[in-house]
Amino acid sequence: MGEMEQLRKEAESLKDQITAARKAVQDTTLQEAAAGITVVGRVQLKTRKTLRGHLAKIYAMHWAVDANLCVSASQDGKLIVWDTITTNKVNAIPLKSSWVMTCAYAPSGNLVACGGLDNMCSIYNLKGKDGNVKVMRELAAHTGYLSCCRFLSDSEIITSSGDCTCVLWDIETGTQKTVFAGHQGDCMSLAVSPDFKFFISGACDFTAKLWDIREGVCRQTFGGHESDINAIGFFPNGNAVITGSDDATCKLYDLRADQELITYQDSSIMCGVTSLAPSLSGRLILAGYDDFNVNIWDSLKSERVCWQVMTTE
Amino acid sequence: MSNNSAANSSLVLAQKAVKQLRLEASVRRIKVSQAAAELKAFCLQNAHKDPLLTGVPSSDNPFRPPKSCVLF
Repeated sequence: MGEMEQLRKEAESLKDQITAARKAVQDTTLQEAAAGITVVGRVQLKTRKTLRGHLAKIYAMHWAVDANLCVSASQDGKLIVWDTITTNKVNAIPLKSSWVMTCAYAPSGNLVACGGLDNMCSIYNLKGKDGNVKVMRELAAHTGYLSCCRFLSDSEIITSSGDCTCVLWDIETGTQKTVFAGHQGDCMSLAVSPDFKFFISGACDFTAKLWDIREGVCRQTFGGHESDINAIGFFPNGNAVITGSDDATCKLYDLRADQELITYQDSSIMCGVTSLAPSLSGRLILAGYDDFNVNIWDSLKSERVCWQVMTTE
Repeated sequence: MSNNSAANSSLVLAQKAVKQLRLEASVRRIKVSQAAAELKAFCLQNAHKDPLLTGVPSSDNPFRPPKSCVLF
């Protein structure tokens, strides 16, 4: 019993140390540093294409590297690969399990992956010899739903799961290379760093974690959110992380200062953030909310630039 | 017996938690002023490449409404 008490005390002391160390480098705020910049003016958005074809709720989509093709996953049990310029369906892949929650496009363009309540990540080869798209691998080991997956290459993929872990898989052998354990709640989302050395995960324990892919360890943990983190992404230079949460806010955490720099919130926004993405320069953050709106934030000034209502048809 | 193993596993968990916290505490941190300056600089330097900020002329926009085709 004595040792447990000692460990508990040491844990508390280390947490205090981290808080103090973060405060010690807090010589200013992002808001102060950006005080001299004007807020981004109105951003013009026009709907250019509507990709029709799914028959039920679309849970996820992911762009191919060429920014021309993309893949979407719907609970109608299909993965569709779209040519976004012509709006043609390049592939319509029927799934074994229609309870899909995520999909991903491999950087090479050769593979797509998806998974959901079947607890598995299924890999499909788009460039098979006979032209048919078939399941190449079924990565099974998670004991909870698959919430997100992202390819590192044609031979490695990272998954996040409702079983509170993230896993790095060897696609060739179908085995787990590394299990990233540490979150105390369902992992909801993950994003890979631009240099492919790290990934970040957001979870229902209200924290985001930065993982070293090769070392298999969590390097940093970021708190502050008051509810589940549903969406996560890297700032384009790889030095900061953006999170979106059920607490109706998005936050930007700087990796090298090891702390939150700014929160994107407005008293009129009371519903959760379900998805987000930074613009190419990082100046704009587009975030999708539970009220069917997308809000666009000036990342440096933390002000809304303009918002586009997505109507249901 | 089961009491013992339950106690053991919570001990192991507590040891892991402390080990992880030690790792996270040892991170080298830079000043927020430096971090903020670099984020700001990145945004401003790349603003001209950001189509949402600069707009996209119709001639360069692959998603623009298609012009009519002329068949020879």
